[in-house]
Amino acid sequence: MKKQLGQNMGFGLLFLCIGTAIFFLGSIIYFIAIRGFQIVSWDFITQVPREAMTAGGVAPAIVGTLYLTVGAVLFSLPLGVACAIYLTEYSPKSFVINIIRMSINNLAGVPSVVFGLFGLAIFVKLFGFGVSILAGCLTLGILVLPQIISASQEALLAVPQSYREASLALGATHWQTIRSTVFPAALPGILTGVILSIGRVAGETAPILFTAATFYNRGFPDSLFSEVMALPYHIYALMTEGTHPQEQTQIAYGCALILLALVLAISAVAIAIRQKHRKAYEQ
Amino acid sequence: MSNKVKIKVENINFFYGKSRALKNISMDIYENQVTAIIGPSGCGKSTFIRLFNRMNDLIPRIRFEGKIYLDSKDIHRPKVDIVDIRRRVGMVFQKPNPFPKSIFDNISYGLKVNGMKGKNVIEERVVKSLKDAAIWNEVKDRLHESALGLSGGQQQRLCIARCLAVEPEVILFDEPAASLDPISTKKIEELIEKLRKEYTIVIVTHNMQQAARISQYTVFLYLGELIEYAPTDELFTVPKNKMTEDYLTGKFG
Repeated sequence: MKKQLGQNMGFGLLFLCIGTAIFFLGSIIYFIAIRGFQIVSWDFITQVPREAMTAGGVAPAIVGTLYLTVGAVLFSLPLGVACAIYLTEYSPKSFVINIIRMSINNLAGVPSVVFGLFGLAIFVKLFGFGVSILAGCLTLGILVLPQIISASQEALLAVPQSYREASLALGATHWQTIRSTVFPAALPGILTGVILSIGRVAGETAPILFTAATFYNRGFPDSLFSEVMALPYHIYALMTEGTHPQEQTQIAYGCALILLALVLAISAVAIAIRQKHRKAYEQ
Repeated sequence: MSNKVKIKVENINFFYGKSRALKNISMDIYENQVTAIIGPSGCGKSTFIRLFNRMNDLIPRIRFEGKIYLDSKDIHRPKVDIVDIRRRVGMVFQKPNPFPKSIFDNISYGLKVNGMKGKNVIEERVVKSLKDAAIWNEVKDRLHESALGLSGGQQQRLCIARCLAVEPEVILFDEPAASLDPISTKKIEELIEKLRKEYTIVIVTHNMQQAARISQYTVFLYLGELIEYAPTDELFTVPKNKMTEDYLTGKFG
């Protein structure tokens, strides 16, 4: 009886926790959706802003966020995976390597505004990219690099040693083993890391504040060196600047809704790739 | 019985860190014979055969002394092509370890990494390997399905087929039937008996009956030492060493 009671209380507590989490997550989505849908329309998505941000659409910000997110992932994914492969498959287990591992883990905890300052100093100023899509992509890419390296390392370490042995025993080189066996087996795990990073990159404001974003663009960016509008920064700007708080707040909610949808859409693509790959590799 | 020596082991010692796993072992392994290595768990059987394809290289902090010759060439000599050694000395592991790929891709993997090109040639070799490993009839209609959908026994024969595909000269079996049911075990044993005609086979087993059934030579290892090495029918009927006799009769193990 006592055991049964303990079990019930345990389950009850867990249920309460999950209920709380779902409640808050649900209300966020609910409020954003309710307010966002009041303004989101086809025009809102496809038009440029008009009348000092109080009317028109936010198309340039959508495009900008898309560019920044995809660009950052394209930059950090190959780099991060390569680092992870080196760290797990090649590097000798030495003191220096351990320090590098620890540094990477710590980098993941550095506030994003610090990355923004770093991007300003290095990409914008030193490399002379200016405030641009390129500088923004690189800054955001470096921001998520530790996350991608860690996720990839975990995924690579989770590949059973027996796969490596099987491959080597057939006369495959170390590199062939990594390329044809270890990496494909780790890919779903790596993509999970990527999916998490996508949300982070798309939503970050601080890193692009000084490196890529602008409050207002007449049209769409025409090169990698253009400034861009971006949804998260646009929300911030709408809520802190301007003279028509009423209209601007509404537009901000519209932006938030679109940002959510965008992150979902990009993640969905990554999830689809992962599922397709899992199917091909497992049953 | 053939007397051509395929692998010559000369006075080897092997250490994991400070602990000595193999002690002064010397022996010859003959071509086209099945040599069984028996002994209680932890006596160094697997460590021993993993030296023949240098699989122990993957483990950190090991030390090896002595010589192992494959066709009278030292496989630990400097600048030896380890990849080539591993192709010539295949291995089937204790736990079936097919790749999470299709049945076809499992077999073609070894061919591709060894540079074989041409769809038809590869296909032919895949089919031949599956037939040689006595699994063709069970998988011919599902070559492009995942290998992980096969039963344990089928997976192990698939691993044998995968090993045959790269045409090794020696095949090392590391307790290949340890995780299989009796019927699958019997199939594997029959297969090994058949493969002997073309390959030199070394099999680790802790199952004495299995060693007696399928091998021509048997080695008894105990705590890293070679206690006795003799033709199987002699070792099992008239063991020369008291310890071998005790082990075979179940006095310890």
